[in-house]
Amino acid sequence: MITLTIDGQPISVTPGTTAMDAALANGIDIPRLCHHPDLKPSGGCRLCLVEVDGRPNPIPSCGLACEPGMVIRSQSDQLTALRRDTIDLFVSDHPLDCVTCDKAGACALQKYAYDYGITETSHDFKLGRTLYQNDNPFFIRDHQYCILCAKCVRVCDEVIGAHAIEIVDRGFGSHVATPFDVPMADSNCVFCGSCVQVCPTAALLPVSRLKQGREWELEHKKTICGYCGVGCGIDYRTKGNHIVYAQGYPEAPANGEFMCVKGRSGWDFAQHPDRLTHPLVRKDLARELGLSAEAWTLGPTQRAALADFVPVAWETALNLVAAKLAAAVKAAGPDAVAGLASARCVNEDNYLFQKLMRAAIGTNNIDHCARLCHASSVSGLGMAFGGGAMTNPIRDIRDADCLFVTGSNTTESHPVISYEMVRAVKSGASLIVVDPRQIPLTEHATLWLQTRPGTDHFVFLAIAHVILREGWADRDFIAGRTEGFDDFAASVAPYTPEVAALASGVPADKIVLAARMYALGERARGASKYAAESERGHSGIFWAMGITQRSNGTEMVLSLANLAMLTGQIGKPSTGVNPLRGQSNVQGASDMGALPDVLPGYQKVTDDGRRKAVAEKWGLPDLPATPGLTVVEVTKAASEGKVRAMYVMGENPMLSDPNLEHVEEALRALDFLVVQEIFLSETAQLAHVILPAASWLEKDGTKTNTERRVQRLHPVLKAPGEAKPDWWIVAELGKRLVALLGGPAVNALWSYTGTAQIAAEIASVSPAYRGITHSRLGDEGLCWPCPAEDHPGTPILHRETFTRGLGKFHAVATRAPAEATDAEYPFVLSTGRVLYHYHTGTMSRRSEALHWREPGGWIEINAADAAAAGIADDADVVIRSRRGEVRTVARLSERVQPGVVFLAFHWAEAPANLLTQDFALDPIAKIPEFKLCAVQIVAAVVP
Amino acid sequence: MKPEELPILADKEKALQASKTCRLLYCSSTACVASGSGAVKDGLTRALKDNPAGKAAALAQTGCMGLCSHGPMVRVEHADRPSTLYEYVNGEAAARIVADELAGQAPAAIAPESAGRVLPQDIPFFTRQTKVVLARAGVIDPERIEDYIAHDGYTALTRALGMTPEQVCDEIQRSGLRGRGGAGYPTGLKWQHVRSAAGDKKYVVANGDEGDPGAYMDRTLMEADPHSVLEGMIIAAYAVGAQQGFFYVRAEYPLAVKRLERAIRMATRQGLLGKNILGSEFSFEVDIRIGAGAFVCGEETALMASIEGQRGLPRMRPPYPAQSGLWGCPTLINNVETFGTITAIVNKGADWFHGIGTEKSKGTKIFALTGKLNNTGLIEVPMGITLREIVYDIGGGVAAGRSFKAAQTGGPSGGCIPAEHLDTPVDYESLKALGSIMGSGGLVVMDDTSSMPAVAKFFMEFCVDESCGKCVPCRVGTAQIQGILQKVVDGKAVQADIDRLERLCVTVQRTSLCGLGQSAPNPVISTLRYFRDEYEQMLGAAASARAEVSA
Repeated sequence: MITLTIDGQPISVTPGTTAMDAALANGIDIPRLCHHPDLKPSGGCRLCLVEVDGRPNPIPSCGLACEPGMVIRSQSDQLTALRRDTIDLFVSDHPLDCVTCDKAGACALQKYAYDYGITETSHDFKLGRTLYQNDNPFFIRDHQYCILCAKCVRVCDEVIGAHAIEIVDRGFGSHVATPFDVPMADSNCVFCGSCVQVCPTAALLPVSRLKQGREWELEHKKTICGYCGVGCGIDYRTKGNHIVYAQGYPEAPANGEFMCVKGRSGWDFAQHPDRLTHPLVRKDLARELGLSAEAWTLGPTQRAALADFVPVAWETALNLVAAKLAAAVKAAGPDAVAGLASARCVNEDNYLFQKLMRAAIGTNNIDHCARLCHASSVSGLGMAFGGGAMTNPIRDIRDADCLFVTGSNTTESHPVISYEMVRAVKSGASLIVVDPRQIPLTEHATLWLQTRPGTDHFVFLAIAHVILREGWADRDFIAGRTEGFDDFAASVAPYTPEVAALASGVPADKIVLAARMYALGERARGASKYAAESERGHSGIFWAMGITQRSNGTEMVLSLANLAMLTGQIGKPSTGVNPLRGQSNVQGASDMGALPDVLPGYQKVTDDGRRKAVAEKWGLPDLPATPGLTVVEVTKAASEGKVRAMYVMGENPMLSDPNLEHVEEALRALDFLVVQEIFLSETAQLAHVILPAASWLEKDGTKTNTERRVQRLHPVLKAPGEAKPDWWIVAELGKRLVALLGGPAVNALWSYTGTAQIAAEIASVSPAYRGITHSRLGDEGLCWPCPAEDHPGTPILHRETFTRGLGKFHAVATRAPAEATDAEYPFVLSTGRVLYHYHTGTMSRRSEALHWREPGGWIEINAADAAAAGIADDADVVIRSRRGEVRTVARLSERVQPGVVFLAFHWAEAPANLLTQDFALDPIAKIPEFKLCAVQIVAAVVP
Repeated sequence: MKPEELPILADKEKALQASKTCRLLYCSSTACVASGSGAVKDGLTRALKDNPAGKAAALAQTGCMGLCSHGPMVRVEHADRPSTLYEYVNGEAAARIVADELAGQAPAAIAPESAGRVLPQDIPFFTRQTKVVLARAGVIDPERIEDYIAHDGYTALTRALGMTPEQVCDEIQRSGLRGRGGAGYPTGLKWQHVRSAAGDKKYVVANGDEGDPGAYMDRTLMEADPHSVLEGMIIAAYAVGAQQGFFYVRAEYPLAVKRLERAIRMATRQGLLGKNILGSEFSFEVDIRIGAGAFVCGEETALMASIEGQRGLPRMRPPYPAQSGLWGCPTLINNVETFGTITAIVNKGADWFHGIGTEKSKGTKIFALTGKLNNTGLIEVPMGITLREIVYDIGGGVAAGRSFKAAQTGGPSGGCIPAEHLDTPVDYESLKALGSIMGSGGLVVMDDTSSMPAVAKFFMEFCVDESCGKCVPCRVGTAQIQGILQKVVDGKAVQADIDRLERLCVTVQRTSLCGLGQSAPNPVISTLRYFRDEYEQMLGAAASARAEVSA
């Protein structure tokens, strides 16, 4: 620590701190227009000049490194005069039409003009820039207000990594532009709006913000984004029951001020006219029961649905659902009922849902889409470490020395985590990408190991081989913290880099380089933050569906866990093994026990002691002790008539599950299907009863993000019509089912006043959540395990010891994909996501701006393959697999290698999962192999 | 190549040159090319071919001979008698010169105004100069490394490699050499900083992005003696521990780039550059980076950004390039002329160099002498020479019988010095005290027909054009200053505008980010200081009338 004086106040800071940061941290406010805490100092606005004793001229504090004994003044007559003159120059080139400006009240230039009493310029008013550009539905660019602070350009480059804009021309004529001033949509822009977020003036404004009122008329409502698993904190600015725009805030632990395009602009689905507003009963069933339509005022979806459905009162619907479920139990036993919980609903919803299935119905047939994404991460990491979740926090990533990313298109699927990765790389970290596809992250990669699909396991094993051969293993860590090393070491002996090169197509020397970089945490440049505390740099592994959605997913995860243990790259900041979870609350839904084999807190249903303890909390003597059916198994059981009734909360298996034709057949075979939804999804269309739910923008409760951080949601909008929070619906059904099926006649068991009360019950049932209550969760949230109310949470897992005690090495071998290509089906189909859409598109495809950017499906095909097949860019194509066929348009691209095609699974009109296979599941995790199946692709005959 | 092979190569070249009856040297620098030295070359070649004695004579190109206003120039050297210098040569005159010289005759008497007349070499323009950096300019063929080696080339490198890097830095520091790019930072000290900076990877950069209007010292040096700059750079790399060097040269200097490329290629082929230079452990490579026409890229941090492939914008210092330069590594950036001075210091010693110049400004400085003078061209003078000597002795006085009004030094960053300060010695401190700067060496002389507000406006227009736009005082401030100057020149300004002008100049000077903005107001401030009456006389007539009324 060094000590200096600012404005007479003694201040201690770490070496390297700038005078600006030192001042701000100590409550001394220095005027600034181009400074941002997340960006490198620029020094362009000249407002932050300070006086330093012994220096003849004022110095910009944003670039001034503190030195011991420095005496700094941030206020003086001279500085005031210089600042006035500087603001005077700014406003000579910026219209002072604050009275009609949308930014008034939030404009930094306006604030300083006020502070320094500048009412007009003393110079000749002369505008350098007059362009007005509104070429996209996300934001406008009004150049006359631009003060060229370049924060937009810098954030786009330094944080987002898109570098879509630069300052072009020079001097007075400088302006911010895309290359060659092409429209935003044709540039690298990812429409994350971070430029809009940091713009100090009205030069960049969200389109939704225009003429919607002044800043002080808007309410601030903070909640957690409901799209992916990053769990971004967002501050929605609302007026009445409408969102005006979304703004990031620096205290948000996962994302700081930055979000992706979906978080910033994808909220308008909530007030889409298609929202379900009233309970609906299928017409044939209604007729059979003699139900008549309630006199509701209906939205367009309901009016359209009237062909098939009859709107009814909540009481009618709830009674009907309870009666039907109870009837199924009575007729065929509790295991004839299955439930799908939702990774998009809050913890409280999911907790009650699994409680309903287990306590009220009496079955473990409960699962959710975690099965389809990270089941193999959970099983693999459970076997290796005793716990299956991301080990390190998101904020650690920026300080890493080496990042090893595989099977994750982070830029599109977890954009905000990719920002952290970009920041690490920009400050000198090395980045290794192992991926068959040329994902955007490869642009930032130090090393890109392009594997042929399905051969990446060779690379992981060869990396382990090289680390052992070269003596880069952490022998102390292996000796002190792990077991099973010898078997593992013997198992990787055959996997030389040359063997792996032959199998995967990755040059052997690249594998050796990657092994060295990862094992030793070698940076591309610059010094490690951890140089003082550890000999090797800190490396972290990151993966997603590319690893897990495989028939050998568990083994692949074990292999990655082996690498971390081999090199001791775990249990420390910026290291670890990090499965990036897909949905906003997939971690939480799993934590809540919305899984067939575990109760809340991953307590095995087969563990008599644990199970009975939970049963006791729920006022029951015991709970079902046999693990239930998984997602894909439920489908099979339904088609075989073993499962007769299903309760689906916020899931859309009719798009998300493999082999859709089979899924539809199964759902149609059910005696009763109830779907709780916000839109008339593909699955809801098959339901007997549809229950309208509140969306995440209308709910409270908690969600647990990918880094195990439990965060609180707050309602931003009122739910439309009669839509209700999921927990309320589940509890109402619970009351009725208990009444119908018996069990403890404790109505209190299902009477909840709100989510806080449910959370308290979760804390009492789940050890990892024991210390987590709503009242404790501020802006920061808490990372589980949090075993007591005074426990600070556990951002980094496995620090001193692994959850299971010693980490366990597993000897694993490579395995070929379940479905090989052949002459008839010569292409490998890989499925995944695109930046602008989310999962089955129920929300994102109803967002106007997201839809504008990515209106329909397409398949990515290598230009060479396309040429051979006579397929032109944007031409209609038909893709066939042994399961089915879809029609979409071709997008010629170098992102996929020859022989591989890529189709996202968002598109209802071109559902990728009509093609995927469900016959080969990972034997342990029961996850289907979405990532690899064999298809043929032909030019469509255009009618 | 081993060090001992160097003298052998030198002797071989000297013997080759001595074997010729005479050597005809024509200037091939950009200035003489522009005035027709291509035709001179053709004329000389043809005449030599047609002449039976032609085979025994040698024809060679050289770099700048100095008196550019009198070009194209040709000099003929004989082993046994003084050389003859011809001015205003053209193709026809070339034939006549060959005939005369090969016949061993004194140049024939010709009419005083004709092309290709003899220029005496004992005129003050030549005798008042001290050629250290330009010693080989106009003497050797810049495209032949052998010629350079025959003129003591690469002996300084041999000598330096025999010293420790610390000793080399010490030598430069003791010489008192200061940066020739304009700021005058002690070169040896800068070298020491880079040497002692932590890091395995270091860079050396030669700044050849000369941009001041009217200045062409660096261009000429690179064209006339590229190896001397390269050799100085190699010595610097050895001294600071760098492995990679860059020449940053502006795109408008194609001939300099061509000659540097050739010099790098030749030096590499001879083992003077690349791996294990002169058989030592020291390895160093040099690349050329071409600027894209932005004046601000002469500023060292902008220059580095440009080399890195980014937009050429200056950034805040510290960190200085010596701590964190190219790609975050310690980087030595010196001006081309500074590097050109190194070989002489290493060869002749720090004490010798220290003996030239004034107390704080040592050695010689090259100036591009332009404007309303009888003799304009490239000159090298000892520090401390007075402006009067430069203007009246070397420059031959103001042309067309007009009187001297001001000398502008330092380009758009400098100021105008009026007649009453003509006896000021030219050194860093004295020029600064007058409100100007040494700068990189542009020296423009104005006569009594020049309007000083117009001169200030000219330079401000240059700055407005060349401001990168990153910081507001330079971006907006210079544009506003230019606006006021336009009003002055148009006779529309009032006294309040002059007051605003002065205040604005101080704001821009004090708050701009880089040297460009900080010095942009200098031409205005200095003309206001010495020629305020000219501004006041130009205030609008209507305005003066109003002023009278209110008085």
